[in-house]
Amino acid sequence: MADSGSEDIAVIGNTDLTPSESENNLKNTMVEKGTSLLKKMEISVAEAEKRTGKNAVNMQETYTVYLIETRPVDAASEGNNPVPDSLWRRYSEFELLRNYLLVTYPFVVVPPLPEKRAEFVWHKLSADNMDPDFVERRRVGLENFLLRVASHPALSSDKIFYLFLTEENGWKETVFETGFQAKADSRLKALHATFRVKNPDKRFAEMKHYGDELQAVISQLLRVRARAADRLYGVYKVHGNYGRVFSEWSAIEKEMGDGLQSAGHHMDAYAASVDDILEEEEHYADQLKEYLFYADALRTVCRKHELTQYELEMAVQDLTSKKQQREELATGTIRTFSLKGMTSKLFGQETPEQREAKLKMLETQIEEGEELVKERNSECDEFVKSAWVDIERFKEQKDHDLREALISYAIMQISMCKKGIQVWNNAKECFNKM
Amino acid sequence: MLLKDLILPNGTPVDTSSPASSSSLLNRLQLDDDLDGETRDLFVTVDDPKKHVSTMETYITYRVCTKTSRTEFDLPEYLVRRRYQDFDWLRNKLEESQPTHLIPPLPEKFVMKGVVDRFSEEFVETRRKALDKFLKRVADHPVLSFNEHFNAFLSAKDLNKRQGLALLTKMGESVKFVTGGYKPRARPAEFAAMGDYLDLFTPKLGTIDRIAQRIIKEQSEFLMELREYGPVYSSWSSFEEDLHDPLEGVSGCVSNCSSALEELTEDMSEDFLPVLREYVLYIESMKNVLKKRDQVQAEYETKLEAVVFREDKKTPVPTDVEKCQDRVECFNADLKADWDRWENNKRQDFRHLLTGMADKNIQYYEKCLAAWESLIPLLQDKQEAEGETS
Repeated sequence: MADSGSEDIAVIGNTDLTPSESENNLKNTMVEKGTSLLKKMEISVAEAEKRTGKNAVNMQETYTVYLIETRPVDAASEGNNPVPDSLWRRYSEFELLRNYLLVTYPFVVVPPLPEKRAEFVWHKLSADNMDPDFVERRRVGLENFLLRVASHPALSSDKIFYLFLTEENGWKETVFETGFQAKADSRLKALHATFRVKNPDKRFAEMKHYGDELQAVISQLLRVRARAADRLYGVYKVHGNYGRVFSEWSAIEKEMGDGLQSAGHHMDAYAASVDDILEEEEHYADQLKEYLFYADALRTVCRKHELTQYELEMAVQDLTSKKQQREELATGTIRTFSLKGMTSKLFGQETPEQREAKLKMLETQIEEGEELVKERNSECDEFVKSAWVDIERFKEQKDHDLREALISYAIMQISMCKKGIQVWNNAKECFNKM
Repeated sequence: MLLKDLILPNGTPVDTSSPASSSSLLNRLQLDDDLDGETRDLFVTVDDPKKHVSTMETYITYRVCTKTSRTEFDLPEYLVRRRYQDFDWLRNKLEESQPTHLIPPLPEKFVMKGVVDRFSEEFVETRRKALDKFLKRVADHPVLSFNEHFNAFLSAKDLNKRQGLALLTKMGESVKFVTGGYKPRARPAEFAAMGDYLDLFTPKLGTIDRIAQRIIKEQSEFLMELREYGPVYSSWSSFEEDLHDPLEGVSGCVSNCSSALEELTEDMSEDFLPVLREYVLYIESMKNVLKKRDQVQAEYETKLEAVVFREDKKTPVPTDVEKCQDRVECFNADLKADWDRWENNKRQDFRHLLTGMADKNIQYYEKCLAAWESLIPLLQDKQEAEGETS
């Protein structure tokens, strides 16, 4: 693919993130700075804004745009702080980019986008796409997507990707000019077709099965987690009622009053603490969701392998049948059923000249067929090789990322327990003073 | 020591002819002792519930242990078995024989069959605790603890529930009251304040009860979700290699937290709610005692007015009215003392109840904390191991 262009690119770190958060961002996406665009360029999705405009059918619509900022890595280390290059993109453009990548790199487990609509929501969270919390989480997800692409050994050097980050105008046209749309349509059709492969590569079949299982289990996990979050919210919030009643009660007491009143305040604090707790947990849910969608990308690659394998098998089958026809023609025996065979039986044999002509045609077809089989064979081998490399890379990334996610989840739970102990100890102190 | 031999600290003999003075005297002498555990001379415990099955019925008995140095008791120690009926009998007898005093409440008599299992461990234990509390409150009361029915309850091998009527002490004789019929009068400020407080306090208790119930409900539903949540990590681990142990670890953690939560909700159900409800009953008793006091006051004032009205007779105030006046003063004194004791106990009880609630929650979080903290090295260790093997 094309080279990455000049080095004088401004890169900006997200000014809203703390340095440790930025680092975590990078760590969690297991960025391979060594082999990727990220070696030269800092990328971030810094902001989100609402816009209104006319859409394709000339109707007013409100949509969100995201600010992508880029800056050369060297600039920061040299002590400069140049103004970053930036441009605005909306979600549909990210989708276009991803579709392009899917078609152009079918052997890659392409990083997923954050969800289009909020799913697995627990009741307090809004399922509205315009909700600021959703937009914020989407901003983070889009940045994560860009960082993953930029750190991928194959994807990061893609020209269209580079232009996505740097050329605001005319990018869409450039993408369509690549003609990927045609390939996309036929690919989509093929992927949804049902066919049976005679000799699937066992590894890919297992991977596909793994993808299915992963998708199912993460879906279930997210569903139950959302329900549990709802319940936890209820538990904490009802404690707020203690705050009110203790306050009222303290008004009719003499010695007990002070202790009750202050205990009530702690109950209020306890009730309020659940909002932060659940917001943090939402981050964990987002990490799981990313792998839910990754499972789909994995299955897509396996499906693509099946397709190439199938096409090879079809070509081989076709070649074999042509060879057989040649043999029959040459020896005069009819072993396979063919309409020509039938008609010649019914209406008499053909002339030697006709047979010669036919043989010649078959020979050409066989030659072409052999070329095709060779082609498809090497395609298949190539695909299997490069896909398996990426799948191994993906496996390592997945194991690392999910382990990190579990660790940070455990840390979250620890923090929640410690807060709980503190609040109740405070309340206990107040009760003791009653 | 018999009442008639009492001498006040300043040397003057006590006039024990009037029942009012003797009871208030006892209160004066013993109020301080009551609050000081070291001078307590009567200890009562309820434990060891046992199920009895007969052809007629099935019921539970509880062992009542008494240790005392009081001379009113023949022995220093007693062990008897009593059933709920017996406690109920005792309470009724106390109310009858000591109408000027606040009798502590018993746990509820009737439970809806089919809704509550009368023989489940939790129910029996909850009831045992309440019965224990009841007897301890009576034992701590300077007047009630000397009641002959209480004595019989603690010491008699077989509680003949017809006993006691034949024995009429001066105390017992003095308290035959007419129930009602007189026009109610204005309460003295002191007792009006008590009534007002109780009217304000009752709904607060109701609210706290509702909140506690709601929390238990929400926690139970959260628990249900957790019980589904944990196992999902387990099924995930079944098709992972490197992630197998971390995922299993998380599943185990969630399971531990679930158990801790279950303990919390059970404890709150068994310890917190029953005590709250007991106080509602206590308040009802107190309100009734206040009303009885009102009646006694009403009787006195009515009779007094009648006498004053007949001024022309120029007779000294008849002993009937005198007796009523005594009763009013006696009742007021008893009630005031009981109220002070009740306020004090209430403060201790609620302090104990609420710190108990805080403790249970702290224990819950500590258990969860321990579980998650032990998981971290497990999750991180593997990474080091990975580094070595790869």
